[in-house]
Amino acid sequence: MSFWTRHQVFEKNSIILVVGILLVVAIGGLVEITPLFYLKSTIEKVDGVRPYTPLELAGRNIYVREGCYLCHSQMVRPLRDEVERYGHFSLAAESMYDHPFQWGSKRTGPDLARVGAKYSDDWHVTHLTNPRAIVPQSVMPGYPFLSKTEVDPDAIAGDMRALKTVGVPYSDEQIANAAADLKAQADPDNAGSDAFTKRYAKAVVRNFDGKTGTPTEMDALVAYLQMLGTLVDFKIYNEKANLR
Amino acid sequence: MSQPSISKSMTIGESGLAVVFAVTAFFCVIASAKALDAPFAFHAALSAAASVAAVFVIVNRYFERPAALPPQEINGRPNYNMGPIKFSAFMAVFWGIAGFLVGLIIASQLAWPALNFDLPWTSFGRLRPLHTSAVIFAFGGNVLIATSFYVVQKSCRARLAGDLAPWFVVVGYNFFILIAGTGYLLGVTQSKEYAEPEWYADLWLTIVWVVYLLVFLATIFKRKEPHIFVANWFYLAFIVTIAVLHLGNNPALPVSVFGSKSYVAWGGIQDAMFQWWYGHNAVGFFLTAGFLAIMYYFVPKRAERPIYSYRLSIVHFWALIFLYIWAGPHHLHYTALPDWTQTLGMTFSIMLWMPSWGGMINGLMTLSGAWDKLRTDPVLRMLVVSVAFYGMSTFEGPMMSIKVVNSLSHYTDWTIGHVHSGALGWVGFVSFGALYCLVPWAWNRKGLYSLKLVNWHFWVATLGIVLYISAMWVSGILQGLMWRAYTSLGFLEYSFIETVEAMHPFYIIRAAGGGLFLIGSLIMAYNLWMTVRVGEAEVQMPVALQPAE
Repeated sequence: MSFWTRHQVFEKNSIILVVGILLVVAIGGLVEITPLFYLKSTIEKVDGVRPYTPLELAGRNIYVREGCYLCHSQMVRPLRDEVERYGHFSLAAESMYDHPFQWGSKRTGPDLARVGAKYSDDWHVTHLTNPRAIVPQSVMPGYPFLSKTEVDPDAIAGDMRALKTVGVPYSDEQIANAAADLKAQADPDNAGSDAFTKRYAKAVVRNFDGKTGTPTEMDALVAYLQMLGTLVDFKIYNEKANLR
Repeated sequence: MSQPSISKSMTIGESGLAVVFAVTAFFCVIASAKALDAPFAFHAALSAAASVAAVFVIVNRYFERPAALPPQEINGRPNYNMGPIKFSAFMAVFWGIAGFLVGLIIASQLAWPALNFDLPWTSFGRLRPLHTSAVIFAFGGNVLIATSFYVVQKSCRARLAGDLAPWFVVVGYNFFILIAGTGYLLGVTQSKEYAEPEWYADLWLTIVWVVYLLVFLATIFKRKEPHIFVANWFYLAFIVTIAVLHLGNNPALPVSVFGSKSYVAWGGIQDAMFQWWYGHNAVGFFLTAGFLAIMYYFVPKRAERPIYSYRLSIVHFWALIFLYIWAGPHHLHYTALPDWTQTLGMTFSIMLWMPSWGGMINGLMTLSGAWDKLRTDPVLRMLVVSVAFYGMSTFEGPMMSIKVVNSLSHYTDWTIGHVHSGALGWVGFVSFGALYCLVPWAWNRKGLYSLKLVNWHFWVATLGIVLYISAMWVSGILQGLMWRAYTSLGFLEYSFIETVEAMHPFYIIRAAGGGLFLIGSLIMAYNLWMTVRVGEAEVQMPVALQPAE
């Protein structure tokens, strides 16, 4: 019986055909995806990476909501020009708490993986409100409405609880203090800011949008942008530590 | 025609579905009242209204219909079910125009950023998913559903399975589009490209998709032909694999069942890999396998020639679906994804060139002996040019998946150009060709209202595509080279913003190309509308002349 005659078993039985399709399309995904969950070399250990603070998380949700990832990548490739333009190439660990990841696929604007601490808060607020006020040739949309919308501090604990369930190591203490921490990070005079910085290493406490009162979406987004790529200290990072 | 009198009663499907929708309406009202955010309240209210409307339509349809359900056959001929096909074909044209229009708007925003108007719901970041979803899932999806329901009936010589089920699929699918699209404008997104809809839209799509698979399989079950026609293999691979991809990429935990926000189960690297396993195979199985099914039915039918090689179609089918699944990692070259995965992805992407061209050859060579028809039949010309574009972009794709090429092309407009030579040239043209065939067939018309208008559509759209992709090639390669340009002293030559500024003329040319493509689709919409409105009805062959089979 020739191959072509044998193939008729698929052509004459819909269920066999469906099972055949399922088996054939399963292989590639299984081989490429499954090992990423258990191979230790997939995400090498790096000091400094921590989950987002409540305010940064709120900012990240705005980043997602406005579709920033459609024009900005967060992935510096290990190519000479990129490392010189943006900084050290991105490490797997730096996005390990990102649900979902924000690596992006297009650079209509520059990469943002290491934009943190590169510009002042004022620069970001002005730029987000009207990009062309700072960069005349920019094609970025303006987001003046961010300054006018307040963040709901009480809502963020629910987000952290959900993230904890999917694997982000938030402590019960961090979740219990979420609302207070969210307010504390945007207010240097807040009595809780010391306790906050103990809970989140390297977190920056500043009045990001320069306005008093409940943090706005502008506070949150700028707080997020200002921490991007700053968690790993590359002065002490040993790139040979993980070599085997 | 007089039916033997039987007592009229609701079928289990009618009563069951009416009860399910009534219960759904109740829960949606509660969800709307308890909603934590405005978009969720809006979507719950919309779902409640749609559920009430569904109950009304089901009950009303029951009172209007004769006691017996439509027969499977009339005088020995299959009684094909054209209603859901007409609905989907209409929606395809509607969403196509909407999607092309939004594409033109966002293309213009990149050339003239003032068009973002600094409002949340008009900014590029929210409109771009609206564009991609409208053209891929709304336009493309409706074309696929309409043609698959047509092809499976005709090639199995059996009436579409189910009474309400096909309607549930077409209306339910379009309701998913409505929820997804309005969600993007309101900022509801999980930010996974081409899988942006949030958890509740994903759940609804899962239900619709399972019913779609069941309707399709049940129709194949009823077939009068011993063999399952090759187009149906491709449709099956498309439906089954899209289900697998959707379930693999989208598991998410909602923050609350009364809110729109959720967090995807996967994070970081694993999420990136799942995303592009999904993303590339949305191309492979939604935009390729499904539309290859269209090619395998509509090209032979229109050319009135058999498929070039049946054996080639067997090899083409299995090789294509096996290799495509591996190609995802080429979207993640030089990222933090492990090297071994990137290399595997690149290797399989290059191998994928072969089955892709096998399919192209099978489609093009079907014309052998009928090439002269390209001069006289603009619909066939559209179908054939689509296959040529398929060949071009399936060469370009493997080339761009090579790591060194990718280091230049990635993150630039070259990718956008590549996608659009496939989307406008291949998917767009094969869809237009299929619609030009399908509408006269489904509405029982002798032919199209005007072949001359098809000709105009063809040339206007082709010119648009050429402007679009050549502008993106130039801008993409230009920007990629500018990013890595060094001065003689060893400094980076250009700041990022200088490379943005250099894109401006090409963004204008691209928008012009997109505008031409939109005009072409408006010509098509008018032509199809007139075909339905004033087209001459085809005379059915007398029943006595049907050969006994």
